Amino acid sequence: MQPFTTMSGLVAPLDRVNVDTDQIIPKQFLKTIKRTGLREGLFYDWRKQKDGSQDPTFFLNQPRFQGATILLTRDNFGCGSSREHAPWALLDQGFRCIIAPSFADIFYNNCFQNGMLPVVLKADEVLAMMNDVLTTPGYQLTVDLGNQTVATPGNTHCCFEIDSFRKDCLYRGLDAIGLTLQHKDAIAAYETRRKAEAPWLFTDLR
Amino acid sequence: MAAQTLFDKTWESHVVRSEPDGTTLLYIDRQLVHEVTSPQAFEGLKLSGRRPRRPSATLAVPDHNVPTTDRTLGIADPLSAIQIRTLEENCRDFDITLFGMSDIRQGVVHVIGPEQGFTLPGTTIVCGDSHTSTHGAFGALAFGIGTSEVEHVLATQCLVQKRPKTMEIRVDGVLPNLCSAKDVILAIIGKIGTAGGTGYVIEYTGSAIRALSMEGRMTLCNMSIEAGARAGMVAPDEKTIAYIKGRPLAPTGELFEQAVRAWQQLTTDMNASYDATVALKAEDIAPQVSWGTSPGMVIGVNGKVPDPHTMADENTRKATEQALAYMGLTANMPITEITIDKVFIGSCTNARIEDLRLAASLAKGKHVAKTVHAMVVPGSGLVKQQAEQEGLDQLFKEAGFEWREAGCSMCLAMNADVLQPGERCASTSNRNFEGRQGAGGRTHLVSPAMAVAAAIEGHFVDIRTWK
Repeated sequence: MQPFTTMSGLVAPLDRVNVDTDQIIPKQFLKTIKRTGLREGLFYDWRKQKDGSQDPTFFLNQPRFQGATILLTRDNFGCGSSREHAPWALLDQGFRCIIAPSFADIFYNNCFQNGMLPVVLKADEVLAMMNDVLTTPGYQLTVDLGNQTVATPGNTHCCFEIDSFRKDCLYRGLDAIGLTLQHKDAIAAYETRRKAEAPWLFTDLR
Repeated sequence: MAAQTLFDKTWESHVVRSEPDGTTLLYIDRQLVHEVTSPQAFEGLKLSGRRPRRPSATLAVPDHNVPTTDRTLGIADPLSAIQIRTLEENCRDFDITLFGMSDIRQGVVHVIGPEQGFTLPGTTIVCGDSHTSTHGAFGALAFGIGTSEVEHVLATQCLVQKRPKTMEIRVDGVLPNLCSAKDVILAIIGKIGTAGGTGYVIEYTGSAIRALSMEGRMTLCNMSIEAGARAGMVAPDEKTIAYIKGRPLAPTGELFEQAVRAWQQLTTDMNASYDATVALKAEDIAPQVSWGTSPGMVIGVNGKVPDPHTMADENTRKATEQALAYMGLTANMPITEITIDKVFIGSCTNARIEDLRLAASLAKGKHVAKTVHAMVVPGSGLVKQQAEQEGLDQLFKEAGFEWREAGCSMCLAMNADVLQPGERCASTSNRNFEGRQGAGGRTHLVSPAMAVAAAIEGHFVDIRTWK
């Protein structure tokens, strides 16, 4: 996995609350058996107008947000379905960082599995950034995972919290399964102990 | 020992090791797998040369893409067909039990787990599907995960987790006539919001919860995720044990007796505390109908479509305006005046035998309105078989409902069962997001009883007084 240390990037605004993963990537794009190429489905229904043509007002269709790597959005982003296709599609579009006042649990967790950083900032900080990004062409933010800060062009530094284990894995780009497998003796010991306590959980189900 | 909640007991019996910061390696007893969220996980195993640690702790079934019409005709959509074939190949290559498309045991993953006795109290259960919360009805800690974690569990039988907070949702009293678990959970989501449970595991308690059947408890726990909670739980009791006994994958003989003794300990201790508590009175819960594009946008059937102009919070007002525009509804319109085009009775929320029995009894001797197309999709092949043995299929067909094969179907419309743009559906499923049942489709979430009444009248009616 690609490590995440610091990044500066163009910010794209999605000014909606409760954006669900069905909107991030609709069902017809879940039929793939690959992790890549999902950009095509990203916000598919919102990108289009009723006649099927591209909606020029949708943020991803606006020239000024082309090449954005940071998505700025509102509360409860990523709610609904557990589909990891949602972070895959955002990553495929170029977003490595998503900033919001809150995230749904499963989506938040899925981001870390893909070298992406979801940042929780205070609602008023997000509101101020949302206003600035709409009025300032080329608006960029700098995200520093090590120091847990987001810096604005005006040099305001907003701090964010992150679980230390997740931070370390993301910062170093560690393979999560490989890390767990380092504890295979502990897993085997657990299984031995548990099998004595609850043998009905270890019958062969086939 | 300090007083513990049901969640505390289940969590602690699954800790393999923990770090000083609380990061825990949690043992996962069982994993369910379906065709949509697993191909990339198996591909990951292949690329890294890893094998499943306990293949026999995993059960796979295709459900999202399967046709609900004649299966002998195959699958028209080549992408759906490839995804299902990929699941079959992966299960063969990795020695995992699969209930294939022609197996009578095939069905929606969250229906077949309990049906087979795969779901047991006090276990940890995961699936690459957010409605894994369903299995919490048995007092299991069950939650949805992404595909990377599906691979993680296959390879290690563990997940790295941070301990969630606990929330008690207590519902005491007696539900009004024909009000069901679906109305309870919709009312809860309406009260706490779609992010109200974020970061929590919910335990449902109270006399109204104890009075629910196992099917009802599954409906309730199923939609915990719509309240933002990854998992919901109900403590096991005599109903739970009676439901499990004799199921194909449940323990038998002395092992079953031993298990029952352990399951009887799985209750929240007196004096144990939760991080948050919410209470509802069952008597106050009217039949619920969602009017918007988020499950929290829900109201009693005697209510009116909310008016954004009366909303002080800008975010709420804007979201309501967007929802009403999408849904084609006007503010202050009575819910009972909303006319519908389609009815879908099915999904992991409401497609078990009890749901179908109630729906069929209400449809008996009546007929679906001329303006409505209605379909019933059983949760599994075995539910379908049982319903047919009881003659429920005949009651449905005589009343003008289509009777289909088992699958996820129009809950998320990955197969051919799709709403057309602008079509309005009364649905017993769990999500009313924009486009969920088809691009431009409009979903109203309701109970099976409310769906039947709406199918027959062509608009929503109050099931409590419907004749």
